[in-house]
Amino acid sequence: MKTIRNLPCLVLGAACLWPVAGFSQTIDSGDTAWLLTSTALVLFMTLPGLALFYSGLVRSRNVLSVLMQCFAICCVVSLIWVFFGYSLAFGGGSIAGLIGGFDKLWLSGVEVDSVNGTIPETVFVMFQLTFAVITPALIVGGFAERMRFGAMLSFSVLWLVIVYLPVAHWVWGSGGWLAEIGFRDFAGGAVVHINAGVAALVAALVIGNRTGFPTTAMPPHNLTITVAGASMLWVGWFGFNAGSAIAADGSAGMAMLVTHTGAAAGSIAWMTMEWLRFGKPSVLGIVTGMVAGLGTITPASGFVGPMGAVFIGLFAGVICFLATQLIKRKLKIDDSLDVFPVHGVGGFSGILLTAVFSSTALDGRGLDEGVSMGSQLVVQLIGATATLVWCGVATFAILKLIDLVSPLRASPEQENQGLDLALHEERGYII
Amino acid sequence: MKLITAVVKPFRLDDVRNALAEVGVQGMTVTEVKGFGRQRGHTELYRGAEYVVDFLPKVKVEVALSDDLVERAIEAIIESAKTGKVGDGKIFVTSLDQVYRIRTGETGDQAI
Repeated sequence: MKTIRNLPCLVLGAACLWPVAGFSQTIDSGDTAWLLTSTALVLFMTLPGLALFYSGLVRSRNVLSVLMQCFAICCVVSLIWVFFGYSLAFGGGSIAGLIGGFDKLWLSGVEVDSVNGTIPETVFVMFQLTFAVITPALIVGGFAERMRFGAMLSFSVLWLVIVYLPVAHWVWGSGGWLAEIGFRDFAGGAVVHINAGVAALVAALVIGNRTGFPTTAMPPHNLTITVAGASMLWVGWFGFNAGSAIAADGSAGMAMLVTHTGAAAGSIAWMTMEWLRFGKPSVLGIVTGMVAGLGTITPASGFVGPMGAVFIGLFAGVICFLATQLIKRKLKIDDSLDVFPVHGVGGFSGILLTAVFSSTALDGRGLDEGVSMGSQLVVQLIGATATLVWCGVATFAILKLIDLVSPLRASPEQENQGLDLALHEERGYII
Repeated sequence: MKLITAVVKPFRLDDVRNALAEVGVQGMTVTEVKGFGRQRGHTELYRGAEYVVDFLPKVKVEVALSDDLVERAIEAIIESAKTGKVGDGKIFVTSLDQVYRIRTGETGDQAI
């Protein structure tokens, strides 16, 4: 994302130095091809990747409800994105650095020959759309197995508009206030992961635990599809992080390398923690560590080197494992699929570690000129905290607002029957 | 006539079937069941969340026998189902009032 942010300066500089030639942005076919591919990869992360990952973790009577939620979120977010979402996140004329302008409403001005950097703007719109889709879909894990479908849909829409669009603009939009102070979030540690994690935790608290939690056993009903979904996430994440270079260049290559490294290190760390603590390495543990590693390397993926990625991944596996135990076992908060401990804690850690491992002394690709590790760390802390606070407060308010109009939660009877039959009149398995 | 109901470990089923066939048993009914005895359940762990599974999968074998076969059949089951570890199962013996073969209408030992 950094590349786009700096582009106007470069453009301006070039125009002044060589006014005769004028300037026209040209499309690079290599960059475009990679971004088209990345867009497909990131959508693949949600459908079917995340949808399968999550649906295997719930009980069999709710498998369809989770798939349905992910699918419906994808559709409704996509429409909002083309109506006004893209404009409010990435439109010009930033309003006080808080939200984008209205110049791209209904995607006006986004034509076949519109250019953003070295790629068609249509591709940029689509690429960013897939990020807007996966973020509310991640939140589903916080309230899985008990939220009414209509309430879930209203929540996702309002949350996208009130939380995702502003935060995306702060961090990635031209003139966003976090972008202006040099906040480093390459592919969405704050925008996607802190946001989704905090929202899931708040949603779990507002909606309440699943009936029977934590005394009743609620084991995953099909870890096979969970592992399949997790593996799709790993592959899709190459588009997420390496695509965020918005170019097919060395930066994208390094982003892919560190992303992969972070995932591997996170998996090994979580597996080892479980092995030491509980005596056996588990398949759910190793794939959860992978997601933790990926979420944590995400903000850092354009700034660190492979050895930094090893450390970040290992750190993610350990801290997210401990956070999961704390939230679910100790505090007994039913963030059902552990979205906060994995994505929230991972994203927050990744944002902070980005400042550390950007340093060339630690295998990183360097901080901006005149910026010390300490001052970058302060900026990172400001950005992560601002995201956390805004997301927490707004999520709480949105849920309370919806609850005034119609209940958030399925009735105890529906919950007992399972949301598949109760809300969708279907069953996942007829065997 | 007796009805023998044996609850055994699922992976011993093939051995039990063969052992019974060797002593001359000509038919049986097998059901997959769940339950617990002294073995109790086991625990499962998902992201550190521990679940106690009370009911373990077992196989229930039901065999109807004429009195002269009962002792040998019980021995055969014990020998084939035994692993020596807790959870090997149980054998219940009940008397059987009558048996009918549906196709022919035969009764008693003839029908077994």
